This record gives sequence, C-alpha cells and structure tokens, in this order.
Amino acid sequence: MTDLFSKFDPLIEQRRALLSTGVTDPFNLVMEKVVSPTVAMCNGRETILLGTYNYMGMTFDPDVIAAGKQALDDFGAGTTGSRVLNGTYAGHRAVEDALKDFYGMDHAMVFSTGYQANLGIISTIAGKGDYIILDIDSHASIWDGCKMGDAEVVPFKHNDIEAMEKRLKRIPEGAGKLVVLEGVYSMLGDIAPLKEMIAVAKKHGAMVLVDEAHSMGFIGPNGRGVAEDQGCLDDVDFVIGTFSKSVGTVGGFCVSNHPKFEIMRLVCRPYVFTASLPPSVVATACTSIRKLMHAGDKRAHLWENSRTLHKGLRDAGFTLGTDEPQSAIIAVIMPDLERGALMWEALLEEGLYVNLARPPATPAGMTLLRCSLCAEHSAEQVQTIIGMFERAGKRAGIIG
Amino acid sequence: MDRAETAAKIAALIEPFNKKGVAITDASTFAGDLEFDSLTVMDFVAEIEDAFDIIISMNQQAEIENYGQLIDAVVKLQG
Repeated sequence: MTDLFSKFDPLIEQRRALLSTGVTDPFNLVMEKVVSPTVAMCNGRETILLGTYNYMGMTFDPDVIAAGKQALDDFGAGTTGSRVLNGTYAGHRAVEDALKDFYGMDHAMVFSTGYQANLGIISTIAGKGDYIILDIDSHASIWDGCKMGDAEVVPFKHNDIEAMEKRLKRIPEGAGKLVVLEGVYSMLGDIAPLKEMIAVAKKHGAMVLVDEAHSMGFIGPNGRGVAEDQGCLDDVDFVIGTFSKSVGTVGGFCVSNHPKFEIMRLVCRPYVFTASLPPSVVATACTSIRKLMHAGDKRAHLWENSRTLHKGLRDAGFTLGTDEPQSAIIAVIMPDLERGALMWEALLEEGLYVNLARPPATPAGMTLLRCSLCAEHSAEQVQTIIGMFERAGKRAGIIG
Repeated sequence: MDRAETAAKIAALIEPFNKKGVAITDASTFAGDLEFDSLTVMDFVAEIEDAFDIIISMNQQAEIENYGQLIDAVVKLQG
C-alpha cells in the first residue's frame, strides 16, 4: 500500500526539525481568554494582540455584541440550511442591505467566509474559454477559485502594470476576460496601483474583480477600500470582502452593480451548497458595517498607529516589507524560518502576539513576522510594542 | 518559426536560469533536473511569453514537464 501521506514527509520533517530546537510551536498558540480587541491571555500571560486583522476593533463593540445576543434570542443558534432553501433569515437580507449602503452599490451577496466568496464568484463567472488575468501574489482563495473553474489562468508579476497589459493584449479576440486584483496584499501590506491597472484592464475590455479584504473599513474616505481611495471604485465590477477583518466577525461577500448579478444566487455552488451564516453572526456584521460608515476618527487613529509602528521598527533596524506604511499591516522580514520562529517566541515571551508567515503563503520564499494594527491600540500600546520588538530583536539576534 | 529555430531561441533564453549548468536535453524536467522552483518558473515563463509574444496559461503549464514539451508547446502556440 502506498501511504498517501508520504507526499507530506518533507513538511513533516521541516516541522520536526524546527520544534526539536525547543522553540514554541508558532502555528499552535491557544488564546485562553480574549480581554479586549487588543489584549488576550496566552500561556497565562497578558499578551498584546498584533496579529488578528481586527483593524477597527469591532469585536467588543457594545452595540455589535448586543445585536448578536438579541439575534440569538430571536432567531436561535443556527440556520442549518443553504441560503437558497431554508437558510435566508431577515438578518441575511439586513446585512446585504447594510453592504449595499456601505459601498453605494446595487447588489450584495453574503457568503459563509471570505474564502468562499472568492472561490464562488471567480469559479462561476469565468468559465471555459474565458481568461483570468491575476497578480502572482494573489491570496490562496483567489488561486483556488481559478483552479475550481474552467477558465485559462494567466498570472503576471506582482503589481506590474506593463506585464499585465502585455498579457491582456495577447488574449484571443472575443474571449471573456476577468482581471483579479487585491487592494491590499496581506503578506507585505502593500497596496496595488488600482487606478492605473483598472484603466488598462478596461481599455482591453476586461471585467475587474478587486479583493478589498484588508482595506474595508479603514482605507478610503468612507472605508470602502483602496479603489475608493484612488477614485476608481466605479470601474470595479466586483468587490470581494470579508467580515473577519474590520467587521469583526466571520463571513464573506461580493458587491456589484452588474444588472444581472442576482443570478449568482442560483449558479454559484459555494453559495448554494453550504449552510448560511448563523443569525447572531449576520446581526453583529450588520451592526458593525453600519457603524463603520461613520468611523472617520478611528480610521485616522489607525493610520497614526501604522505610521508610528512603521517608523519605530525601521528606526530600530528592522527590515520591513514596504518603505512607507501603506495599510494596517506592517511586515517585518526575517532572515529565515528558524530565526523567524525564535523572534516570534521572544516576542511572545515579551507579551506580544504577531503572525509568523512562511511559504507558500509569503512571496519570494520569505519568512515574515506580520503585524496587523488595530484602531483600538492606544498610542502607549504602540510604544510598548516597539520596545518589545527592540528587546526581542536583540535577544534573537535579528538587530544589533 | 519552425521547431529548430524555436529550440535555438529557447536555448538562449534558458541559459541564465540554468544556474547549475545542467546539460539540457528534450527529456530534462524543469522541477527535477533543472530544480526550478515556482518563482523561477514564473520568471522563465514570462521571458518565453515576451520573446514569442504568446500566453502560456497555468493550465498549459501544468502539461509541460520537460524541455521538449516546452518547445513543442511554444511551436504550437505561435500558430
């Protein structure tokens, strides 16, 4: 018998070698209690959270929590069914209305996760004979959406407008074209030149899908994302987003002005053949989204946090993923996985939680310590974080 | 461009990517013999695409395992 698991042997060995050094397993941390959007108890120690994507700190918003409790009382714990059959409750419609208002768009469709939103929309709209032109650094959910569909998949170099245009030009006359971009790329925290890229895509007759998972609520005058910030949201055919970042719960969505968009509800398999979100989740999401429409002060404070942390870490001697802070993600580049894990552990001992990111999630084989800031991090917390990085960096031999 | 011309052009293009100086035949595999990782594949495919003004989609790349198959595919894609 061939052991089907033998293909995982190299990864099993890499993991064994890493853990045999005695380092804490960076991919198995348990948070015993979550105290606030920015603090949790880990290994009995109070730990500052700097890796939760909780950009706007909505997870403990009193209105959000109250809405969730009310929905539990009024609608019960779960839906048990598909949106198309028995799984659409008033709350699902309400959160879709909130999304339409938030983005100023005609249609909104909610999925059970952001992953499923990309999986479903991309695999359904780009079919046999169509072409998907996508950035090579796209999120796994975008790649999996491509793999699940029947379109021809054509990647181009990250954020390279010329490489994208060359490929668009070579696509056979008359073929359907979907350009897939992200507002913020979550590994390095860099943004895309959407205005230029979308103009090129439109010139070549492509439809455009932009994943704004890491920008919603924070980037753009109304928090609609990088496309809004760059003044090109009207040219985006499909915006994909998530409830698991700024919105502070779980779920995914697509908003669009396409006149035929509603047919997606019948043809998109990751929407049809899965259970819908529970009432408490859609109620919290709905309340959170409506509050995020008026969160200008929080957005300003989060930008301040991002600028302060970026400057503090750069001044301390760390190598960062971007020259300037472009989002609420600051990526600290580690020399290799072993030292990355050591640094991660040293930070945890200081009382700071960040994400250790490694290939295949990261571009160019990099190991990253990825920090995602929150609007609820106080200015003092950010200074504390910088001090923790300095001490841990010296202890792990990352900075001099 | 016929197969011989295409092969000659690809031979020149692959040289900077063949860091270990492997003697390349039609049977040489990219993942095995040439030890191309996914990043090298991306850069190499982009070079080929630009040089011949073609698209080699991911779907087509999945069918190409060795050097000879690449030449055949490029000959075909030039139409």
